[in-house]
Amino acid sequence: MTGRQSKPGGSAVARRQAWEGRIFALPFILGFLAFWLYPMSYSVYLVFQDWDLLSPPSFVGLDNIAELFRDESIGISLGNTSYYTFIGVPLQLVLALALALLLNIKVRGLAIYRTLFYLPAMTPIVASAIVWLQILHPEFGILNSFLRNFGIEPVNWLFDPRAAKPAFILMTLWGVGPQMVIFLAGLQGVPQSLYEAAEIDGASRPQRFLFITIPMISSITFFNLVVGVIASFQVFTTAFIMTRGGPQNATLFLVLYLYRNGFQYFKMGYASAIAWMLFVIIVAFTVIQFRLASRWVYEEGAPA
Amino acid sequence: MTAHADTATAKHPKSNPPRRAISRLGGGFSVRSLIHVCLLALGFVFSIPLLWVITTSFKGQGGIFTYPIEWIPDPVVWSNYPRLLNVLTFSGWPGIVFFFRNTFFISILATVGTLVSSILVAYSFARLQWPERNFLFSLSLATMMLPSVVILIPTFLLFRDLKWLNTFMPMIVPFWFAVQGFYIFLLRQFFLGLPAELEEAARIDGANSLRILWVIVVPLSRPAIVTVSIFSFLQHYNEFLSPLLYLNAVEKFPMALGMRMFQGTYTNDWPLMMAATATFILPTICLFLMAQRHFIQGIQLTGLAGR
Repeated sequence: MTGRQSKPGGSAVARRQAWEGRIFALPFILGFLAFWLYPMSYSVYLVFQDWDLLSPPSFVGLDNIAELFRDESIGISLGNTSYYTFIGVPLQLVLALALALLLNIKVRGLAIYRTLFYLPAMTPIVASAIVWLQILHPEFGILNSFLRNFGIEPVNWLFDPRAAKPAFILMTLWGVGPQMVIFLAGLQGVPQSLYEAAEIDGASRPQRFLFITIPMISSITFFNLVVGVIASFQVFTTAFIMTRGGPQNATLFLVLYLYRNGFQYFKMGYASAIAWMLFVIIVAFTVIQFRLASRWVYEEGAPA
Repeated sequence: MTAHADTATAKHPKSNPPRRAISRLGGGFSVRSLIHVCLLALGFVFSIPLLWVITTSFKGQGGIFTYPIEWIPDPVVWSNYPRLLNVLTFSGWPGIVFFFRNTFFISILATVGTLVSSILVAYSFARLQWPERNFLFSLSLATMMLPSVVILIPTFLLFRDLKWLNTFMPMIVPFWFAVQGFYIFLLRQFFLGLPAELEEAARIDGANSLRILWVIVVPLSRPAIVTVSIFSFLQHYNEFLSPLLYLNAVEKFPMALGMRMFQGTYTNDWPLMMAATATFILPTICLFLMAQRHFIQGIQLTGLAGR
């Protein structure tokens, strides 16, 4: 033991570490200022401007926000995005959990199945959009020829306003790999002793699933739900490539409409207003989910 | 079911019969094979898109319209892949070579930047004591919650003012400034889990923080660093919106954007598109298979960290 260590805190050492700490964090400090704080403030400014990039911006007060409530396309894209999210995300979670449950039974070849279920999520989104364009093709697409086996008439998936959103949701079900892996980790973390105790008490298999598995993985379900909703609200690339918002605006999602306003109609102010609306919606839903969480999410660390 | 089968075997330890036969008798057979049938069917369904890409890429233009679907093309058409090289050229070079070069250039530089900056920042947040630390860490967490769409327009305008349009800068430079709180968070969590004794000993011996980070922390953090590298690389490899906004010269396109150039002028040239798609997907699949263990770990690490 040297005397150096016994110095209380060693103010010279502490001061040196404080400076090292700030210098190490410098990339984040600069990056936050330049690529988060500045654009955020700029975006707030833009909400109150009318600007087409050519003539100088002009102050329009709350016009852009008022326009949000008048614009029919906002209602449509909000409806589409909600449909896509509130039907799609629960289905994704159910499928991901089902796959995880199957893999959690110690079957042979787990790694192979896990890879098969995971691979579609690895596919670049542009690539999968192009593949699905073909799978959903009304004439020679594989989905219709599969349905024909059951005597179902060919569906005009991406050309029928009623079928386009279900087709998009179906497509997202192939990407549940990451959620499945997270569920699987959760399932493996449930203590075996709970199941054994329940079995001794005579609990049936469905009872054990409902009263042990579901509560024990509820925090994982919650995580998947929150992350899934946030991601789903920002859907863009698939719609941009596959349908360009059609047919009859059936796949006009909020970010696609934002993109159009910003980079096709060059309405920078209005596009920023749409961005903030999306932000408020996402934050609102996240807060609501956290509020509701206390009712159904089982917290570990409560008296055992 | 497993328990059942095991007790059955345990009852006849001497006779040593084939284990599988016993487990079938024990009733495990039906349930277990049912699960396997389910898994096989689902595995096939999940493989359909990929199989479809591969099989179509070996078909002729007419072959894609056949019913029922030919999973094994007849005849096998090999010419789609060589055609990728000829159909689009810039100054005598195949366009696809440009696209891949651009993709790898952007992805590698952005990933290196993410790693270097996030490791420094995460170490500072995890181990160094300084007054404003916790405030800044919570700011970096806040950026994780913020949908990047909110800053899409002003970021575009910023890069336009910096004269970065039609360059790779918007896809690379920000990532050298630890803009993704997610990676800072992941690395910080990992650093916090490392034993502090080694670092303390090195500090007493007079090593500075940079040296400690490089010699002690980084070698111990390989799993987390590999995870961040893979996530980051794939993110940039797949990125579509940024190049769409910032690039307009076709020879600067990364593969994600350039793929559409193979679509054909008048009719959709599906076999060619699928050959391009297969070529684009191949590196990600190789990466996944090579680093699968890290990948799964990483997802579990980050997923569970969200609790």
